[in-house]
Amino acid sequence: MKPAAGRYAPYNYFQLMEVSLRELLVEKGIVTEDAIAGAMAAMRARGPERGAAMVARAWTDPAYKARLLESGSRAAEELGFEVPGLRLIVVENTPATHNVIVCTLCSCYPRMLLGLPPEWYKSRPYRSRVVREPRKVLAEFGLELPARVQLRVHDSNADMRYMVLPMRPAGTEGWSEARLAELVTRDCLIGVAVPKIPKNPKTRKS
Amino acid sequence: MTVEKMGTVPLYNVGDRIRVRKAAPLGHIRTPFYIRGHAGVVERVCGAFPNPEELAQQRDGLPARPLYRVRFRQRDVWPGYRGNPADVIELEIFQHWIEA
Amino acid sequence: MIERSHHDMGGMPAGRARRTGHAYDDWELRVDAMMMLLVGVMGGEKRMTVDELRKNIESLPPADYDRMGYYERWVISLTQTMIQRGVITTDELARKLEQVQKRGLSPFSRRKRKTGR
Repeated sequence: MKPAAGRYAPYNYFQLMEVSLRELLVEKGIVTEDAIAGAMAAMRARGPERGAAMVARAWTDPAYKARLLESGSRAAEELGFEVPGLRLIVVENTPATHNVIVCTLCSCYPRMLLGLPPEWYKSRPYRSRVVREPRKVLAEFGLELPARVQLRVHDSNADMRYMVLPMRPAGTEGWSEARLAELVTRDCLIGVAVPKIPKNPKTRKS
Repeated sequence: MTVEKMGTVPLYNVGDRIRVRKAAPLGHIRTPFYIRGHAGVVERVCGAFPNPEELAQQRDGLPARPLYRVRFRQRDVWPGYRGNPADVIELEIFQHWIEA
Repeated sequence: MIERSHHDMGGMPAGRARRTGHAYDDWELRVDAMMMLLVGVMGGEKRMTVDELRKNIESLPPADYDRMGYYERWVISLTQTMIQRGVITTDELARKLEQVQKRGLSPFSRRKRKTGR
């Protein structure tokens, strides 16, 4: 729980544990503070924009798309993203099929590519229900799927990791890869949303 | 689809119909409870990986076990499933969790 | 039901999935970083596997599993793993916890400590 701004709160048991574990490991030469800081910085540098870049490339380059669907990890590396140990399967949304990803057992997610997963992905309601009543859960996220669309749920319960390749929205002909990538949110890569052209023209980020 | 170097030769191929063992052992298990006992079709052979059940116990999990992606019909898995009858759920099943 | 582990929740009833989330606190990111280093994915020596972390998380009492935040489960399980691996001992941990607490982590301690203890 975050204390109100300007008010200190004593560390709770878990924060105490983190400090204690870290100090013991550093004292024993198991890790260094620099290595911890480096790992934190490396994780901060990973995010859904990397997946979005891969999607935008696939939308504009059919040969890349084929490679992406064949081996997600190699396709990530092709764009310069280092993803040690990641075995990525990319699953394609089509007019007939929609994909959604979960890890019912814990929170497995392609972290080495996309960074840390959102809180809700790790929550009991999502993990329990999206396998059993996926259409209802997607509707709660604001995504209504027509009954004729086949829904594929992927439970990443072992060594593979998953990312959804959403469909390219209509009305984006001639868009640059960078502009296309802006449409692809983290939720689109998990499958609880689809890319949408914003109603109001967005001011371009610098 | 290229297949990674196998520690053991996989018994099953894409398209094979298999059933997940119905067992409730102890320890660290990566075969979710909800899928045990159900039948599905092999969608791909993922490769061979050290057994996570053993890795969790500080053992090396070798020889690596073949791992398969298996596709199940949602209406087969959940009584009263409401949705498109073509809806599926796909998981990774280790060879030793597949009924002989 | 003992046959089904508490964490193995696929298909169990639950409430609405809410799009909650908080920006991760630094202590949480440090827990994540320590785990990455200890499993060797950053190139250092592999001291444990992620499977051991998961096993220890799964072993948490169900009520605690539900009440604890994600990285609270991680920090407890990571520390348990280090004890199981013999990297640290329970006694070392006890002394360190005491030491850190005595140092006074916050300028506003709730209780005044008696001197000499």
